[in-house]
Amino acid sequence: MSEIASAAPAPRRRNASLGTSDSEEIFASFDTRVVRRFAAFLKPHPWAAFGALTAACAGAGAQVLIPLTIGQAVSVATSGQGDSHRLDVVIIQFFAAVVVFTITSLVSQWLSTKLAQKVIFDVRRAMFDHFQRVSLSFMDKTHVGRVMSRLQGDVNAMEEFLESTTSTLGDIVLLLGIVVTLLVMNWKLGLLTMLVLPALIGLRAIWLPYSKKTFRRARDASSIANGALAENISGVRTVQETRREAMNFELYEEKAEENRKAAVDSAFLAALMTPTVSILTGFAMAVIIVVGGSQVLSSELQLGAMVAYVIFVQRFFEPVRMLSMQYTAMQRAMAAGYRIFEVLDVPLTIVDKPDAVALKDVEPTIEFDHVTFGYNTDRPVLRDVSLKVKPHQVVALVGPTGSGKTSIISLVRRFYEVDQGRVLVGGHDVRDVTLESLGQTIGMVLQEPFLFTGTIEENIRYASNATHDQIVEAAKAVRAHDFIMRLPEGYDTRLGQRGRNISLGQRQLLSFARALVINPQILILDEATANIDSFTELEIQRALKVLFAGRTCLVIAHRLATVRDADDIIVLQQGRIVEQGPHDALMAKGGLYANLYASSHGSFDDLPGEGEDHADRTAYALST
Amino acid sequence: MADSQGATSSPDKVATPTIDVKAMPHILQRIVVMALKIDMKGVVLAILCSLGAAVATLIVPRLFGASVNQVAALLKQANLVQHAHAAEQAALQAQSIHALWVAAILIIVASTGQGLLTGLSGFQAERVSQMVAHHMRLDYFRHLQRLSFSFHDKIHSGDLITRGMIDLEGARMFIQNGMMQSLTLLLLLVVAAVMMFIADPVMALLALGFVPISIYTLVRVGFLLRIAWMRVQMLTSLLTLAMEENLQGVRVVRAFAARNFEMAKFDNAATQALKEAYKRILLRMRAIRSTTLTFYASMALVLWYGGHKVADGAMTPGRMTEFILYLNILQQPVRQVIMIVMSAARATTCGGRLFEILDTVPTIADKPGAQPLAVADGVLRFDHVDFAYDVGKPILHDVSFTVGKGQTLGIVGPPGSGKSTIANLIPRFYEVTGGAITIDGQDIRDVQLASLREYVGLVQQEAFMFDATVTNNVSYADPWAEERRIVDATKTAQLHDYIANLPGAYSTRVGERGVALSGGQRQRMSIARGVVPGPGVMIFDDSTAAIDAVTERRVRDALAEATKAKATIIIAHRLSSLMHADEILVLEAGRVVERGTHAELLALGGEYFDLYQLQSRTEQGLSTADAKIRRKVTEAAE
Repeated sequence: MSEIASAAPAPRRRNASLGTSDSEEIFASFDTRVVRRFAAFLKPHPWAAFGALTAACAGAGAQVLIPLTIGQAVSVATSGQGDSHRLDVVIIQFFAAVVVFTITSLVSQWLSTKLAQKVIFDVRRAMFDHFQRVSLSFMDKTHVGRVMSRLQGDVNAMEEFLESTTSTLGDIVLLLGIVVTLLVMNWKLGLLTMLVLPALIGLRAIWLPYSKKTFRRARDASSIANGALAENISGVRTVQETRREAMNFELYEEKAEENRKAAVDSAFLAALMTPTVSILTGFAMAVIIVVGGSQVLSSELQLGAMVAYVIFVQRFFEPVRMLSMQYTAMQRAMAAGYRIFEVLDVPLTIVDKPDAVALKDVEPTIEFDHVTFGYNTDRPVLRDVSLKVKPHQVVALVGPTGSGKTSIISLVRRFYEVDQGRVLVGGHDVRDVTLESLGQTIGMVLQEPFLFTGTIEENIRYASNATHDQIVEAAKAVRAHDFIMRLPEGYDTRLGQRGRNISLGQRQLLSFARALVINPQILILDEATANIDSFTELEIQRALKVLFAGRTCLVIAHRLATVRDADDIIVLQQGRIVEQGPHDALMAKGGLYANLYASSHGSFDDLPGEGEDHADRTAYALST
Repeated sequence: MADSQGATSSPDKVATPTIDVKAMPHILQRIVVMALKIDMKGVVLAILCSLGAAVATLIVPRLFGASVNQVAALLKQANLVQHAHAAEQAALQAQSIHALWVAAILIIVASTGQGLLTGLSGFQAERVSQMVAHHMRLDYFRHLQRLSFSFHDKIHSGDLITRGMIDLEGARMFIQNGMMQSLTLLLLLVVAAVMMFIADPVMALLALGFVPISIYTLVRVGFLLRIAWMRVQMLTSLLTLAMEENLQGVRVVRAFAARNFEMAKFDNAATQALKEAYKRILLRMRAIRSTTLTFYASMALVLWYGGHKVADGAMTPGRMTEFILYLNILQQPVRQVIMIVMSAARATTCGGRLFEILDTVPTIADKPGAQPLAVADGVLRFDHVDFAYDVGKPILHDVSFTVGKGQTLGIVGPPGSGKSTIANLIPRFYEVTGGAITIDGQDIRDVQLASLREYVGLVQQEAFMFDATVTNNVSYADPWAEERRIVDATKTAQLHDYIANLPGAYSTRVGERGVALSGGQRQRMSIARGVVPGPGVMIFDDSTAAIDAVTERRVRDALAEATKAKATIIIAHRLSSLMHADEILVLEAGRVVERGTHAELLALGGEYFDLYQLQSRTEQGLSTADAKIRRKVTEAAE
C-alpha cells in the first residue's frame, strides 16, 4: 500500500512519490535518525533551548518545595512551642517557592512555545521551498491533498509534540523529584505510597489496546458520516434532480447512527479511566493515614510531613497522565517527522548546472534535436523528434490526445529532462542555461487559465514588477481592459475562488495579459479546448494575434483559425512527427491533418476515442 | 479546526474576529433546551452524579483532617501521660490506630464513589451531547436536501460542509465543556463553601478569596484567547490557501520562474501567523500567572492565619490540614473556567452558523393537497414565463413555447441569455416569477414535486459523480434498475465500450476515490444516468459540449432513438447539436429573438445565421460573422 510503511531507507527511485500512509498507525516509535535530522533545526537557537530546559528543571524543583514548605508550616504550628516567628519565616519561604515556580514556569513556557513555533516555521518553509524545486514529474504524481497533509498535518503533529516537549521534561523532573523526596522523607512510607504507580500503569496497559480499537472505530465512523454529508452537499443538485432525498437520508441515518454509537462507546472507555485514578489516590491516602499515622505516633514522622505526603499524592497523577499523553504525541510526531524528511529528501533532478549561463539577447529559436522522452523510461511519449522554430514564426502542434504535444512544450521550458537528444533554445541546450533566465525568455500560457486569489491587477502582474500602466497596456492589448473596467472595482476587483466570478473566456484573456506583461521573446501556448461560446472565442482569437506579433511561438492548437494562420503546422501521432507544412500543403496531401480538419466543426478537437495518455492517467488513478 | 470567520471573511482584510456576545445567551439556551428535550433523564442523572461526586470529593479532606486530629491528640496525650503505665499507653495507641483504619477505609470508599460518579457524570454528558449532535446532524442533512437551488446558489458548498462538520461539533461540545462543566464547578464551589463556612468562616473567606479573582481574570482571558485563537486560525487558513494555490498552480509558478515571488508570499503569510501565535502564548501566560499567584496567595493566608491559630491552640491541626486540602482540590476546577468560556464562545459562533441554515425556510415545496402529475398527451408548455433570481434583474422575459411527445425543441444563445434557467424551471428547481409552466394543462406549482421531477429528466452541463461504482452512478435515479437497462443507457451514451474495458468494468469506482473521468466521459455518464429512469421530458443542458464532434454525433443518433416518444429540449452552443430540432429558439438577454426550424432561421439571415456562419468552416463566413459579432459585442458593452 504505502512506500513509507516499509520503513527501511528505500533506494532512491527515479520518480519518487509520496505514499498514502497518512494514518498514525505507523508506530515509528523512537527513531534516532529522525531526531538527529530534527536537531539540525534546533541548532540555530541553542540559548532558547537551554533556557527553556533550565527553567523547566528549576520550576520542577520549586514545585517539589511547595508541599514541603506547607508541611513544614503544619509541623511548626503543631510543634506546640508557639514559635510564631518561625512560622512566618516558613510562610515566606513558601511564598518564595511559589514566586520562583511562577517565574520559571512562565519563562519555560514562553521560551519553549516560541522555539517550537519558530522551528515549525523553519520546517514548513524548508518543505515548501523544496516543493518549489522538485521536478514536475514528482509533482504530477503527487496529489495536492497529500502534499498539503504533509505541510499541515505532519508539521502540526510535530508542533504539538515540540510545544509540550519542554513541559514533558519538566514533568519527568517533577516526577523524579517527588519520588526522591517521598523516599528521602521516609522510605517505608514512600515505597508503600508509590505502590499505586505500577497499579496505574498496569491498568492502563490493559485498557490501552481496547481503547485504541474503539477510538479508531469512532474516528472512522465519523469520517464516513462526514464524507457522506459532504458528498450529498456537493451533489445536492443531482440528488434533487434524481429524487434521491429519502433514500440518501436513510443511508446517511445509518452512518450517523453508527457514528453516534461509536462515539458513545469510546466515551465509555474514556470514562472507565476516570475512577481508576481517584480510587488509586484514595488508596495512597489510606496508606498515608494508617502507616504515616502510626509513624507519627511512634515519632518516626512529623505531622507536617504526613500532610506533605497527601499533597504530593494529590499531584502525583497529573505528571503521569501528561507523560502517557506525551508518549502518544511522540509516536505521532515520529511518524510525522519521518514523512517530513521523506519530503525533504526527494532528490532535486532539475537544477542549474554550476556553470549555467543566463540566456540573454539570443535569437529566439527553438530546436529539438532527435529527442526521445517518456514519463516512464520504458514507455516513450516522444520518439526521435526533431523540429525547428525560426525567429518570429508561429508553429502549430496538432494531433490526437496522447500524441505528445504537451510533452513537447513542457520540454522547451525544461519541466522535464529529455531521455535522449537535445532541446535548444536560442541555440543553447536548455540544460546549460539558468532556469530563471529560461523563464524570462519564454512566456507560457497554459490550457487551464489558473488564477490566484487576489485582485485582477495582482494576477496580471504576478511575479513581474510591472507598473500599473504596463498592466493596463497589456490588458488593453489582449482586449481584457473593457470587461475589467465594467467590473465593480476595475483592476482592484478580487477574484473569488480562483476567478470563478468571471467567465472562462475572461480568465483566458487575463492569462494572456499575464504572459504579455513579461514581454517574452518566445511564447508557448496551449490553447483551451474547453467549450467557449462563439462570442468569447472571437475575442480570444483577436487577442492571440496581438500575443503572437513579433514573437517566436509554439502553439498547441485546437481552433481552426489558429491552425490556419500558423506559419508551419506539425502533426504528431503516437510521439512521432507524421506531417509538417503549412495548411494548404497539408490539406492537399490528404493525410491525417486533412482528416482531423474534416471531422472537426468549429474547433479542432481530438480524434474520437481515448488516447494512450488517458489510459495512463486511468491506470495511475487506480493504482493509488 | 477552523470554524466560522476564517473561511468567510475576505483574505486581504485580516479583521479582528468577534464573538457575538448579544446572541450568546439565545444560542446557548437553544443548545441547552435541545439537550433537555432530547434526554432530560440523562442530563438530570449527570447533574446528580456531579453533585454526588462533589460531596464525595470534599468529604476526603474532612476525613483526613479528622485523622490528623486523632494523631495530634494522641501525641499530646502521650506527652502528658509520658510516665503513665505502658499498658495504658498501648491501649490508647490501639484505639487510635483503629480510628485511623476507619478513616482510611472511609477515604477509599469516598474516593471510589467520587471516581465512579465523576466518570458516570462525564459519560452521561458525552452520551447526551452525542444524541443532540445526532439529531442536529439528521436535521441538517434533511434540511439541506429540501432547500431549493436558489439557496444552494448563494452559499458555497464548502461552507455548508464546514457548518455540518466543524460547527456542529463546536455546538455539541458545549454540552460537556460548557454546560456540564460549569454546573460541576458551581456544585463543587457551593458544596465546598457550605462545608468550609460551617467549619470556620474566617478560614473559608481566606481560602475562597482566590476564586472570584481567578474567575474574573479567566473569563476575560478566555474571551481574549478565543478571539486570538480565531485570528490564528484565520491567518493559518490564509497560509493554507497560499500553499494550496501554489501547489495547484504549480505549472504557472514554474512557467513564470516565480519561486522567489512565491517564497515571499509564503513568508509574508507565515510570519503574520507566527506573530499572532506569539500573542496567543502571551495571553495564556497571563492567565497562568494571575491564577497561580492568587491561588497561592490564598494558600499563604490560610497557612499564616491557620498556623498562628493552631500554634495558639485556637484551632486543631486537622482543621488547618482540611483547609489546605480543600484549596488543593479547588485549584484545578477553577482553572477550567477558561475552557468553559472558550467553549461557550465557540458554541455561540458555531451554533449561530448552524441554526442560520436550519432556520432557513425552504421556498419550494408541495402545496397543501397537491396531487400527483397526471400525464395524458405529455405536452409541455411555457406560457409567457418571466423569471428573475433577484428582484429587478429579470433573466427571462415572456418566454412561450410548446413541446409535445416525440418533438424536439432547440435553444441557442450567448452566455447569460437564460438558457440554463429555462432548463431548471421545468423540474421546478426555481419558481417562475410570471406566467406559468404546464404539463398537459397542469401548472407545475400545483402538482406534487416528486411526481413532477420523476417525469422530467435533466442532464446538466456539469455532471456530478458520486464516490461509488459505475453502476451506482448510472442507476442513481433508479437504484433498482435491471442491468440490461443500465447497459442500454451506457450504450446510448457511447460509453459502454470504455466501461467494459475498465479493470472492474461496471463495478469500477468513479468519483473522488475512483477513476478520474475526462470531461467528455463525465458528460456521457451523466447522459446515461438521465436515460435510465425513462422520464417523459428530457432536457439536455449543454450536456455534450465537452464531447468531441464525432462521438457527439453518435450519441445524438442513439439518443434520437431512445427519446423518440418523449418531449426533448436540447440546449447547446454547437449548432450541429440542435439543427435537426422541430423548433429552435434563439435567446438573447432572456427574450426569444428568433424562432423556427433550422432552414427557416437560416433563411431569416439574422442572429442564427451569423452563428452558423461563424461555426462553419468557410473562411469567408468567419470574417463576415466576425464583423457582425464584433459590432454586437461593442454595442453590448455600451
